[in-house]
Amino acid sequence: MKILVPITKVPDTTSKIAFADNNTKFNSDGVTFIMNPTDEWYALTRAVELKEANAGSEVVVINVGAADNEQIIRKALAIGADRAVRVDANPTDAFFVASQIAAYAQTENFDLVITGKETIDFNSFQVGGMVAELLDWQAVGLVNKLEVAGTTATLTREIEGGTETVETSLPLVVGATKDLAQARIPNMKGIMGARTKAIQVVPVTAVESRTEITSFTLPEKAKQVKLVSPDNVGELVRLLHEEAKVI
Amino acid sequence: MAILTFVEVSEGKIKKASLEAAAYSSKIAETSGAESVAVVLGEASADEVSSLGKVGVKVVYHAADARFNTFNSKVYSKAIAEAADKASAELVVLSFNQNGKFLGPRIAVRLSAGYIPGASELPVLEGGKLSAKKNVFSGKASATYQIVTAKKVVALTPNSFPIVKGEGTATVEAFSPSVSDADFGVKVKSVDKVTGTIPLTEAEVVVSGGRGLKGPENWWMIEDLAKEMGAATACSRPVADVDWRPHHEHVGQTGITVRPNLYIAVGISGAIQHLAGVNQSKVIVVINNDPEAPFFKAADYGIVGDAFEVMPKLIEEYKKFKAAH
Ligand SMILES: Cc1cc2nc3c(=O)[nH]c(=O)nc-3n(C[C@H](O)[C@H](O)[C@H](O)COP(=O)(O)OP(=O)(O)OC[C@H]3O[C@@H](n4cnc5c(N)ncnc54)[C@H](O)[C@@H]3O)c2cc1C
Ligand SMILES: Nc1ncnc2c1ncn2[C@@H]1O[C@H](COP(=O)(O)O)[C@@H](O)[C@H]1O
Repeated sequence: MKILVPITKVPDTTSKIAFADNNTKFNSDGVTFIMNPTDEWYALTRAVELKEANAGSEVVVINVGAADNEQIIRKALAIGADRAVRVDANPTDAFFVASQIAAYAQTENFDLVITGKETIDFNSFQVGGMVAELLDWQAVGLVNKLEVAGTTATLTREIEGGTETVETSLPLVVGATKDLAQARIPNMKGIMGARTKAIQVVPVTAVESRTEITSFTLPEKAKQVKLVSPDNVGELVRLLHEEAKVI
Repeated sequence: MAILTFVEVSEGKIKKASLEAAAYSSKIAETSGAESVAVVLGEASADEVSSLGKVGVKVVYHAADARFNTFNSKVYSKAIAEAADKASAELVVLSFNQNGKFLGPRIAVRLSAGYIPGASELPVLEGGKLSAKKNVFSGKASATYQIVTAKKVVALTPNSFPIVKGEGTATVEAFSPSVSDADFGVKVKSVDKVTGTIPLTEAEVVVSGGRGLKGPENWWMIEDLAKEMGAATACSRPVADVDWRPHHEHVGQTGITVRPNLYIAVGISGAIQHLAGVNQSKVIVVINNDPEAPFFKAADYGIVGDAFEVMPKLIEEYKKFKAAH
């Protein structure tokens, strides 16, 4: 089985969010970047688990980003990816990213592309679906279980108020969410091994962006909580009805 | 021009999130002089489909084909793009719900359209471009996205646009998209759904519990209040991790994002990863015995007190309120 895992870097969840250039750019001063959590913990780890369970399999990670993305790529190799591809570009929008991934996927016979469900910075949830459409493959999103037997995949995905188990065939794009795998911490052997694994740098495929972010806004100001005494709970109900008008 | 809304049905019923999307399209149509058209895939009664007229839809293309009863992003994307062509739609709107999240980007690629995932407000149309706001950084900021292509796709965040129903019935046209059997090919093996309760992502009120509740045997407090209020129940991640509650109830950065009118958090500290899933709620109530709990900083109303004392009182007070209103 050949599995492609797109990975990206995002600001650490505890980062202070600030903007620069008249609120048109994310201010990355002092921000620590990490591998997008769903990419690392679920998409990549499940890919590595599937590889370990199926002899002769290969896991390739792909990143669309500048040279400073190599740190997260090395981590992915340490977790167990066999090799890595970096498309040397600064992503302009999701369609641009998806086009690069799809273009690379077409050069090799992958059975599976496993993306994270969304990145935690733009929460945009686009790349997986776009790659699937560009490749004209089936795709299942919000997946928390994935089993493969031959060319049949059985997946459990989140739906409103529960889960649904579906069956479909490879090739397939999967959007990973929590519980798809048990996150791993890279061990010394993995870290040492990652140093010698190849990172292939491929040139960008020209694509025009279809969207742009024109400005960012921060929430107005911190809320001021109105406290109600525990001895006067009825007051809370009154406030929710008369003041907040939500009941 | 026309605006096409993809309206999802589940067991023959229109989903609430889709009604919101249709109402949103109709509002844009009204201000821009366009026609509001919808497409429904899968079986549903004629009455159900034509009731979209109540939210301003004029024409519905209905593919009443049982094969569409199962969601499949590949075949849905083909059918919806075909409906968009048929209507000469410049804008396609759908809900940013579980299915919509994987479908929106596919439709956009198919139509060579720019796409906004999770708009939370009405768009601004100007000089052939469309801009709309969406939340970014897990709710810690918002960004204005602009689509620069001629065709556009917008996915609307659930519970961010009100459904205002008027009079009217939509004209229903039979629609048979040219898709092949090979485009289907996703089979549902089983569904594991909590029945009789409100889906978390659609709920207007959510009552949520954290580790402060000490154990699953105390969840009656959450459930009873939720039942009285017609609310959905949710929990923090550690609670789901130790199996006090099912995982599909866990909200936050690694769980579900909710946006109810009212979120009541009981015995939850308010860690940043938890807030990421709930901070778009309109009103937040926090009940916690620690006045320093970070959740109070994100709350509109709070009670500093022991949940085991406050919750039974709150249930009683709510019952009284309900009886009086
Ligand atoms: C990368 C990452 C992702 C994460 N994703 C999520 C996520 O998606 N969702 C999520 O929820 N968490 C997530 N977490 C975990 C998060 O950081 C917190 O640990 C978690 O939210 C805490 O859950 P809690 O508030 O229920 O428990 P605790 O932090 O243990 O808080 C319990 C609270 O209950 C209060 N309490 C105790 N007794 C009582 C009483 N008798 N009456 C009233 N109040 C009482 C306490 O004062 C305390 O504030 C994530 C963590 C990481 C590192
Ligand atoms: N620049 C990128 N390079 C590689 N993969 C990416 C990139 N951006 C996003 N992805 C993948 O697409 C998923 C969804 O991202 P998004 O659609 O941007 O929310 C991520 O979890 C990654 O798996």
